[in-house]
Amino acid sequence: MDSPFKSVPVQSSEITPKHVYLSRRDFIKAAGLLAGSMALSACAPNALEADSAPAPTAADPSIAEKTDELGDPVNSFKDITNYNNYYEFTTDKQGVAQLAKDFPTSPWDVQIGGLVKNPAKFGVEDLIKKYQPEERIYRLRCVEAWSMVIPWVGFPLWKLLQDVEPTSDARYVSFETIFAPDDMPGLKQPWYPWPYREGLRLDEAMHDLTILATGLYGGELPPQNGGGIRLVVPWKYGFKSIKAVVKIELTAEEPFALWKAIQPNEYGFYANVNPNVDHPRWSQATERRIGEIARRPTLMFNGYAEQVASLYEGMDLRINY
Amino acid sequence: MTKPHFTPLQLLVHLAGWIPLVVLVFDLSRDNLTANPIQAIEQRTGYTALVFLALSLACTPLAFLGWKELTQRRKALGNYGFLYAALHVTVFVAVDYGFNLNAILRDVGNKQYILIGATAFLLLVPLAVTSFNYWMKRLGKNWKRLHRLVYLIAPLVVLHFFMARKGNFLSLSGDVLQPLIFAVIIGLLLLLRLSPVKRAWTRLRAQWLPPVKETSSSLNP
Repeated sequence: MDSPFKSVPVQSSEITPKHVYLSRRDFIKAAGLLAGSMALSACAPNALEADSAPAPTAADPSIAEKTDELGDPVNSFKDITNYNNYYEFTTDKQGVAQLAKDFPTSPWDVQIGGLVKNPAKFGVEDLIKKYQPEERIYRLRCVEAWSMVIPWVGFPLWKLLQDVEPTSDARYVSFETIFAPDDMPGLKQPWYPWPYREGLRLDEAMHDLTILATGLYGGELPPQNGGGIRLVVPWKYGFKSIKAVVKIELTAEEPFALWKAIQPNEYGFYANVNPNVDHPRWSQATERRIGEIARRPTLMFNGYAEQVASLYEGMDLRINY
Repeated sequence: MTKPHFTPLQLLVHLAGWIPLVVLVFDLSRDNLTANPIQAIEQRTGYTALVFLALSLACTPLAFLGWKELTQRRKALGNYGFLYAALHVTVFVAVDYGFNLNAILRDVGNKQYILIGATAFLLLVPLAVTSFNYWMKRLGKNWKRLHRLVYLIAPLVVLHFFMARKGNFLSLSGDVLQPLIFAVIIGLLLLLRLSPVKRAWTRLRAQWLPPVKETSSSLNP
C-alpha cells in the first residue's frame, strides 16, 4: 500500500478531531452518571459529583448515532460493555462486566521486545500522548457467529512497531494478556494454558487496520473490553483481538496462540473471517448482529477484503484457516 | 393426573418443571437475557433439558436405595426434560434460523454437535409420545424396551453439550468443567444399571438396608 492511511474504513468526517477527543478524555473521568443524557460540553464542570460513581453509560452517547462504512449502526454502549467473551473473568458473557468492574487498568504498562532494536516499556498514557488515538468504527465478528459494530478509540500498531524497529529476522508478533489471578477469577480454572496469548504475522501487524485500542465510545477502555490496552484486528475472528495486553514480542517463529493450542483443528493461526471455511461448531456462513433477530450473511474478511485480501495472495485459506 | 391429591414430592417435581420456564419468560420480558437473547434462550433451555434428563435417570437408583416414590415421578421428570428439549429445538429452528431449512440442513450436515443433538432429540420424541398410560398399556413389555433408548440419548446429549462449548473434551482443555460434571453424573447413573454393578449393589443393599420387597427388576429402566 502506498500510504498507510489509504485503507482506513472510517470516513474522515467520522474521526474525532483531536481537540474534541482530548477534552473528552478529561470529561470522561468527570461525567459519571450525568453523562448519559447530557451534551458533551455542557456537563464538563461537574467534576466533583462524578468522581465517586462508576460510569455505566457511554462517555459520548452521540456516537450511538454513527454507522460503520457499510451503513450499519454501532451497537449500544450497554451491549458492547455487557456481552463479553473474557474467560479470564468468567465464561458467562453477561457476568464479565460485574467481575471486572474493579479491575485496575490504570496505570498500565506494556513491554515490547524480542527481535527489535529498541525494546522498551511504555505506559498507556504515554502511548496515548505519543500516538494520538482516533476513532475507528469496526465490525467485530466472533467465532461463535455473533457480531457487533464497535466504535473503538485506538492507534495503528504499525506506529509503535516502527518506533521499536523490528530487526530483519522478525516475522511475527506475539501478544500476551496480563496474568493476574487475584483479580481475574477465571484464571483459577485449570483447563487453559494461561496466560492468554495470540499472534500475528508481521505484515498483518503492520497493516493500518490493525490497532491497539485504548478507548471505546469516546471514553476510556472499560476493563471488560480489554482495558488498559487491547489489540483489534477487524478482519479476524474476535479471539485474535487479545485483551489487556502487557507484553508484545517480535519473533522469528509463529507464536503460541491459546485457542489454537487447545483445539488446533478448529482454531487456526490466521483465523480470518471467512464464510467459505466452516468451523465445526458455529456456522461461519451467517452471523447474528447483536440487536437483530435474523441472521445475516458473513462477509469475506469481515467486509475488509478490499484492504486485506492481498496479504494472503497465493495462500490456500482452507489450509491456512 | 387422576389422583385426587398431590404428594409433596409430586408437587415439587411439577413446580421444578415449570419454574425454569417462568423465570425464562420473566427474564425475556425484562430484557435480562444478555445482548444475544436467542442464544441465551437456546443455552438455557438446553441446559434445563439436560438437568431433567439427569434427574429422571437418578430416580431408579435412588428408589433402589429406598426412596420408592421416585419411580412414580420419573416419567414426569423425563417429560419436563422433553419440554425443554422441544423448546430448545423450536427456538433453534424457528427463531435462530427463521425456518431457513437450507441453512439448517447445511449446519446439521457439517456440524457434528448439531447432528448429535438432533439425533438425541429425534430419539427422545417417541419416548415423549409414548409416555401416556394408553401407550404404556398398549406396548406392554416393549414400552420398557423402547424407553431404554434414554441410555443412548443421555450420553448423546452430554456429548452435544461438550461439543457446543469452546474446548477439547479429549484433552480436557478449554471450557469443559460443566459438561464434565454432567458426564460424570450421567456416567455414574448409567453405570449403576450395568448388571454386575447392579448385583454388587443388591448384595450391599441387603447388608446395609432393611430388606426391600420389590425385585431387582425395579432398576429398569
